[in-house]
Amino acid sequence: MSFLINVNNKNIEARDGETILDAMKREGIQVPTLCYIKDRFPSGSCRMCVVENTKNGRLVTACSTPVEEGMNIQTHSPRVIESRKTIVELLLSNHPDDCLYCVRNRNCELQDLSEELQVRERRIKGEKNTIHLDRSGASIVRDPEKCILCGRCVRICEEVMGVACIDFIDRGSKSFIGTAFDKSINTSSCVNCGQCIMVCPTGALTEKSHFTELISMLNNPEKTVIVQYAPSISVSLAEEFGMPPGVDINNIMNAALRKIGFKYVFDTTFAADLTIMEEAAELIDRVKNGGTLPMITSCCPGWVKFSEQFYPDMLPNLSTCKSPQQMLGAVVKSHWASEKGVNPENIYSVSVMPCTAKKFEAQREEMTSMGLSDVDAVLTTRELGQLIRMYGIDIKQLAPETTDSPLGYRSSAGKLFGASGGVMEAAIRTAYHMLTGEELVRFKIEPLRGMKGCKEASIEVNGLKLNVAVVNGLANARILLDSVNRGEKDIHFIEVMACPGGCINGGGQHIGASEDAVMARMKALYDIDEKETVKVSHRNPDIIKLYETFLGKPLGDKSHKLLHTNYLKRDVLL
Amino acid sequence: MNSQYNSSVKDFLIDEVLRDFTNNSKDPHLLEQISVLRNEKISEPVIYVGAGTCGLGAGAAKTLKSVRKYIEEKDIKARVIETGCIGLCAVEPIMDVQIPGYNRVSFQNVTEDKVDEVLDAVFQLEVPEKFVLGQFDQSDTRKWDGVRFLKDHPFFAPQKRLVLKNCGIIDPVDIKEYIARGGYKSYIKAINVHSPSDICDIIEKSGLRGRGGGGFPTGLKWKFANREESDQKYLICNADEGDPGAFMDRAVIEGDPHRLIEGMAIGAYAIGATKAYIYIRAEYPLAIERLESAIEEAREYGLVGEDIFGTGVDFDIRIKKGAGAFVCGEETALMHSIEGKRGMPRPRPPFPTTRGLFGKPSVINNVETFANVSEILLNGADWFASTGTEKSKGTKVFALSGKIALTGLVEIPMGTTVREVIFDIAGGILNNRKFKAVQIGGPSGGCITEENLDIQIDYDSLINVGAMMGSGGLVVMDEDTCMVDVAKFFMGFIQRESCGKCIPCREGTKRLLEILESITSKPDAANTEALDRFKGVMQIEKLSQVIKDTSLCGLGQTAPNPVLSTHKLFRDEYEAHLYDRQCPAGVCQNLKVYKIDVDKCTGCTVCIRKCPVDAIIGSKKSPHFIVEDKCIGCGACYEACKFDAIEVV
Amino acid sequence: MEKNRESGVVMETKVREILDRYPEGRTENLIPVLQDIQETDGYLSEESVLEVSRHLKMPASKIYGVATFYNQFRFAPLGKYHVQICCGTACHVLGASTVLEEIEKNIGVKSGETTKDGLFSMEVVACIGACGLAPVISINGNFHAKVTGESIKEILDNYRNQE
Repeated sequence: MSFLINVNNKNIEARDGETILDAMKREGIQVPTLCYIKDRFPSGSCRMCVVENTKNGRLVTACSTPVEEGMNIQTHSPRVIESRKTIVELLLSNHPDDCLYCVRNRNCELQDLSEELQVRERRIKGEKNTIHLDRSGASIVRDPEKCILCGRCVRICEEVMGVACIDFIDRGSKSFIGTAFDKSINTSSCVNCGQCIMVCPTGALTEKSHFTELISMLNNPEKTVIVQYAPSISVSLAEEFGMPPGVDINNIMNAALRKIGFKYVFDTTFAADLTIMEEAAELIDRVKNGGTLPMITSCCPGWVKFSEQFYPDMLPNLSTCKSPQQMLGAVVKSHWASEKGVNPENIYSVSVMPCTAKKFEAQREEMTSMGLSDVDAVLTTRELGQLIRMYGIDIKQLAPETTDSPLGYRSSAGKLFGASGGVMEAAIRTAYHMLTGEELVRFKIEPLRGMKGCKEASIEVNGLKLNVAVVNGLANARILLDSVNRGEKDIHFIEVMACPGGCINGGGQHIGASEDAVMARMKALYDIDEKETVKVSHRNPDIIKLYETFLGKPLGDKSHKLLHTNYLKRDVLL
Repeated sequence: MNSQYNSSVKDFLIDEVLRDFTNNSKDPHLLEQISVLRNEKISEPVIYVGAGTCGLGAGAAKTLKSVRKYIEEKDIKARVIETGCIGLCAVEPIMDVQIPGYNRVSFQNVTEDKVDEVLDAVFQLEVPEKFVLGQFDQSDTRKWDGVRFLKDHPFFAPQKRLVLKNCGIIDPVDIKEYIARGGYKSYIKAINVHSPSDICDIIEKSGLRGRGGGGFPTGLKWKFANREESDQKYLICNADEGDPGAFMDRAVIEGDPHRLIEGMAIGAYAIGATKAYIYIRAEYPLAIERLESAIEEAREYGLVGEDIFGTGVDFDIRIKKGAGAFVCGEETALMHSIEGKRGMPRPRPPFPTTRGLFGKPSVINNVETFANVSEILLNGADWFASTGTEKSKGTKVFALSGKIALTGLVEIPMGTTVREVIFDIAGGILNNRKFKAVQIGGPSGGCITEENLDIQIDYDSLINVGAMMGSGGLVVMDEDTCMVDVAKFFMGFIQRESCGKCIPCREGTKRLLEILESITSKPDAANTEALDRFKGVMQIEKLSQVIKDTSLCGLGQTAPNPVLSTHKLFRDEYEAHLYDRQCPAGVCQNLKVYKIDVDKCTGCTVCIRKCPVDAIIGSKKSPHFIVEDKCIGCGACYEACKFDAIEVV
Repeated sequence: MEKNRESGVVMETKVREILDRYPEGRTENLIPVLQDIQETDGYLSEESVLEVSRHLKMPASKIYGVATFYNQFRFAPLGKYHVQICCGTACHVLGASTVLEEIEKNIGVKSGETTKDGLFSMEVVACIGACGLAPVISINGNFHAKVTGESIKEILDNYRNQE
């Protein structure tokens, strides 16, 4: 049922059961919000979205108040503006107030509101809370002094990621957000996914940066600094420079990376193809030889840590394949180094990832060989943007360049890794070929595409029915795994991506992207797959060559040593 | 008493009294049995000791011990009953003695050492004058000569006791006495005769409004929940009495727990709830203990449980102990707390009557509200509505404390004036000092000064003068009370108790408190700080308005009230603190300036040694001097000086 | 209270016994569970919180969040004598702050702390509802009414002398 409400002296349509904010959004009427998360029960904590109900003279929060027929709302009355401004001033009175030194300078919701509401002096003053900075995590730095307690991180961590490693601690003006017993985050159940950073309005949650070391390496003539970037980077980096979402700037990015001083530019997507070769072979092996099923992907380091903590009994289900980042890192410091005649000790291996958990993954003990990390530094998409700006590079002026080969050529299947369902799709394409010697007629597996949290499909291969499932958002993984454990589902292969939608919406991506932007990135990946000709990993010529000249065959001895890993139960504060 | 006796009494009460709820039998045998159970007709002496928390605090436990020792030593066959609190806390411990054939008589200030004296006298049929409080008005027994009736005592005379009817009089853990005094009759009648919506109608018609502070019409709230379709509904009693200065809920539970249980049972039936929770402060161990025992008794009598009295009505009741958070007085926060979560409020709507505890329709009322219910059903809506003012019906219990002669609990008809309560009932100001203000409504309320003392107490009049009914805490202040300090106290309380969820309450109350702290703290010559202090005071009203306008729950929306109220009514005191840097009442320690009178100072150095911050200088045998910049105004020197050489200016 | 100092094994079994009274995974019992544990141990240890977390299937961060929200819960053992100072309105008006100061001076710790010898712990509490007897303090649940700066010393010394 719909009816009319009056907002700012204009009648607009409102639907029964929706909130004032819902109705206004549809009409393009904007009010500021801080604690609001779309499609979730309103918390009503920030009070920024207050509007004046002129019928009863009360200020109500637009996010939580249901529409009523004949309502009369003013969104910017003097009283409303005064209230919002005072709220911002109150927040600022307990804020470090050091924007110039903040990672989120110029990309901060509190800063924006302060500007929008014309806060021009420190009118409200008082004692500020002092809470210690937590730099213990491999991926995430927490600065609770900058936190405005909107609670979005707490809710994302619990409701979307199913982790709940942080919560409000204490009460009243002493409250802050922290882990159990207010311990360091590295001892907590944090999976480093970085979704908390994505929703943080201020600089209270940021990624751990390795800039200083990276720059000194770039300036060290003895070091060979190489870089790889994940499949989703090329379709999301453009947003860091104000370009529309979903624009693919792969080759311009290559040029930018070389300008910064990276000697070799590789594409992690190559290693995604490599992962598919190994993983498809592993799946077939498990199915044929009675291995542990369902097999579950292991490319996502957030998911891997999650399973080590919460589902230790299912670790045998995880594919032993390293993630593409780690495979490429391992190949660079072994085969590639010896081919090039470079001492692996002098290689500084950098990756650009849409992900904060990759920082954690790179420093895992299992990801080293002979005391050397396979990957030395991980940058997020955001950090690459900063790096490009720092080097004064105008990406609009760059001529496109290609990646270095070998380890640069990729199929479009590998590119799909960037979106939820992509690993599965690529794996099915290659597994089908491995089993039948033929190619799939229709490459596109529609039910596995899109933003849905849990997707399932069945594929017939040589009379064998293969049931597969794809989940994104770890809370969805919990639901699926629990039902598998209860024996309710018969599934052979599961793809898990920690972040909702997959890596295109990873914790290292551009902050402030809308849902539409994420969909545009996804579509960009599908478009690449649509228009390119090498659509399967096993037809990537560099991959074929790598097996011929070095690895031998999938799951062979060399693969086992370089490309596979193991997992262990983690003892953390759950 | 043996169990056989108990079970026959139980059968009697259930069959002859409760099941026969319509028949007001005149059968003399039955009436006599009832008067025995009511302890009106006794065969051996009964000694009652007020053993509520306040009585115990004043030494009632020791009094009890002395009483027991007394009757043992003298080999007197007498019963000892621990009652709840009659409300006159100022004269605790209170002991009543009832001798067969005589009216029950009440004595005050009976500390352990006075027990023998009082009992010796009473057993010789004499009433010791200096202890006597008054005698009960009983019909069949002999009156004590020259002893006034308790009901004529100035503290009790103007009261009308419905909620506190049994408090301090009956044995709270004896369901037999409660039933003999008419208890549970309303409930049994309700579930047998009335439909749930009838009950809602009766309560609505009575005009009963929530006694917890908001004053929402109880019957209407019940109706909302009654109309909801749901597989499960909940009834919740808010006994998380957190207002500093309010203790009536505790007194009711300690003194008459069955009244609460009966009110809740009726409420649960009215809304269609089969499960009820009592959310009670863990700081009330005695109340919890009595409640637990009362629920157990009610269960034995079939008044709590399944298929009550064969009517098919189910009613179960559980106690949830609060863990100490004032904000849990807010409905949604309280429900979160019962659910095992942080007690943080959520936006309303949806209201609890639609989506409450565990997502089911729920009604929350406070103890005093429920305690009114059985009386309304027993005597009718019109009877109840005949007391009170147009929009506020019935009575209200107030907890009197502060600088007042008689502290304690009073229950007065709505519409009584504030002056009557303070000066007639409670005997005026302590030590005959000058009245300054009375704070009503706790941290959400405000002050009433001399000029408004004649307003009638009801929900709306109090709001009109900037105060609030709240839960009924009434704290009296005299000329020695600093109103800025009072505002600071409440702000400090709210600030500590704010849940921290919404920004205006979390950050705003802290800033308000800091402003108050700045004007009550030590003067500082630095100009910038003076300017900040001034700016701060100028912001009080504006900041308060935003906090009131935008806070998420009632706690925040009313948090600035004590500041606004004192700021408005005692502007001169604020100004004295701000401009003159002085506290007129002499309370704000930091604003006290101590000086040494050189003529009186003998140079003994005692003060130098006592000063915790080395603010006094001088050498032996020559006059000392206080360095003002260092002095924190603690007064240690003042106390220590034997020559009166230190003065406060 | 002596029980605090017993070995961890004994303590664990006690927590286990408490948890066995509550069904697994029912998070609404969190507060009663924590209350019971604190009643036995005098405080909430990290181990017991983790035990609760496993039993109720509730993240430890949530439990810590709940426990720190309420005044009642402590994370350090209580003293043998636990002094609660009421700072309700009536007590405040009648001089509770002087009483508080005097106690702080006398035992040498602040609210929420325990003396080094484990004899006293102290806590400022919201109104304990004995306003008629203000200012009030409670030591191990025993009320002391109308206390003053002077009478505090005597009261505390009485407890000291019982040692």
